[in-house]
Amino acid sequence: MKVVVCVKQIPDPADPGALDPETNTLKRDTKLILDESDSYGVEMALQLVDAAGDGEVHLVSMAANNEVGGLRTALAMGASSATIVSDDALGGSDALGTSKVLAAAIARQEPDLVLAGTESSDGYTGVVPEQVAELMGLPSVTFAKSISIEGGEAKIQRQTEAGYDDVECPLPVVVSVTAGVVEPRYPSFKGIMAAKSKPVDELDLDALGIDAAQVGWAGAGQEIVAVDEAPAREAGEVIEDDGDAHERIVAFLDDLKIL
Amino acid sequence: MGLDKIWVFGEGDGDDVATITLEMLAKARELADTVEVFMAGDGDDYAEELGEHGADAVYATGDLDGAMQGVAVASAVAAAIESGDADAPNAFLLGTSQDGRDVAARLSVKLDTPVITNVVDLELDGDHLIGSEPVFGGTVDVKTKNTSGKSGIFLVRPKSFVAEGVGGAEADVEDLDVPEAGTTGAARVVERFAEESDGPKLDEANIVVSGGRGLGQQEAFAMIEELAKNLGGAAGASRAIVDAGWVPYSSQVGQTGKVVKPDVYIAAGISGATQHLVGMKGSKNIIAINKDPEAPIFAVADLGVVGDVHKVLPKLIEALSNR
Repeated sequence: MKVVVCVKQIPDPADPGALDPETNTLKRDTKLILDESDSYGVEMALQLVDAAGDGEVHLVSMAANNEVGGLRTALAMGASSATIVSDDALGGSDALGTSKVLAAAIARQEPDLVLAGTESSDGYTGVVPEQVAELMGLPSVTFAKSISIEGGEAKIQRQTEAGYDDVECPLPVVVSVTAGVVEPRYPSFKGIMAAKSKPVDELDLDALGIDAAQVGWAGAGQEIVAVDEAPAREAGEVIEDDGDAHERIVAFLDDLKIL
Repeated sequence: MGLDKIWVFGEGDGDDVATITLEMLAKARELADTVEVFMAGDGDDYAEELGEHGADAVYATGDLDGAMQGVAVASAVAAAIESGDADAPNAFLLGTSQDGRDVAARLSVKLDTPVITNVVDLELDGDHLIGSEPVFGGTVDVKTKNTSGKSGIFLVRPKSFVAEGVGGAEADVEDLDVPEAGTTGAARVVERFAEESDGPKLDEANIVVSGGRGLGQQEAFAMIEELAKNLGGAAGASRAIVDAGWVPYSSQVGQTGKVVKPDVYIAAGISGATQHLVGMKGSKNIIAINKDPEAPIFAVADLGVVGDVHKVLPKLIEALSNR
């Protein structure tokens, strides 16, 4: 079984992001790491390939300058190989532009299953997996909280507003997984060393046969017209609990007349 | 002066129309002369309530027999526009729900038009709609204009607008034919499960008490539930303890999960990650209890208590139950 996992490499969330004042897009000049949201997809893929008895996990990512910092982490977890798509024309790509690139790169792998996180931790549009599926002409199931493969069919528990749905779908299918679906493994030392020599295919738009006018700024079909500081919520009083903080809370609730 | 027509994605919540749908209808009425709803399921079940909230018509697919809404609704809408059965609206508004995202994503590919996501406000600029989206945990507002020359698709976050009935007549119900989707439509829901909970619904409660990793262990969540019950409110959770499997996803407050705007929000043992703040910082009053005086939650709290939840909560519960 061949599983392709979409992997986004993002600036370290511990190092707060900023918008480039010239272009109003996320600054991406810092070192990139594996988006934690995607580590669940990588782990799920590794477990499904294990359960299937044979197969491999291939990663697909889009980033500037053939950045592979985050991909190496996922390779160290156990993925076999990766594709990185980079092209100067990709700057400013929106979700749809990104999906066109990912779909073309994924299709080359002829996967049985495509996994992705439900949304990235930085852009959080949450529409890319479903767009990729539509572009590839595949079915999709989003918000999966568990996946098993039986007899060429995926059995998925999909989170809903009210609870969950049991969903069945023949392969190939695109599935987005929620955080917490599995516990991502830490790369072992052996895994980290092995990752350095795993194959990473570098592609550009020409190689994928994508017209530059469909992606990047040119293809985004939208324009950021304003960036403003949001009105900050003012912090109130902060007290230390020395045994009677609960009385202050009760008094606060009393003042609001909600008790 | 406004747009000619907006289509709002309709969702049901049992026998009622989902609140997010009614919220979008209220805003759409301000922006466009004609507001119509498109949805999966039986339009007759919802036509009265949708009409009351200003929808002029409801385009409904009928029972999908387990098919996923993303494929079915998006292909039905695209086909209706292509065949001329329906005139393309100036914009589509969909709620940021599981199905809303699926439909928006599929529709954007079919119409080759961008999706503007996480919208919390909408305004007109001539014939263009501009969406406002919070980024970086709500510290920065970005305004995005659809310049594609095609109908824009906007994914709207819950609680962005206030639902309000306008006493409209029952909406006309029109069929939205779902084309045969082939392999793309192969996913099928075989069974649905609802997680039952007592008390008010999390996203509608006037008081919400949420717990996070600072509780230390799953058993401690019972304190959160007890306090919520004492206050007549609902219990919520941070993503950290939902991921850890302590409580179901339906309790999650945050970017993923529920957006809540209660009169009082009590955050116990929650540090206040961006993911969480986006879901609750619209609350009228926020009380935070956390051991770490540097926790970001204190920056949005009206009353912050630097202390151990295991000491403060039991005393608070006792004090309230004595009243």
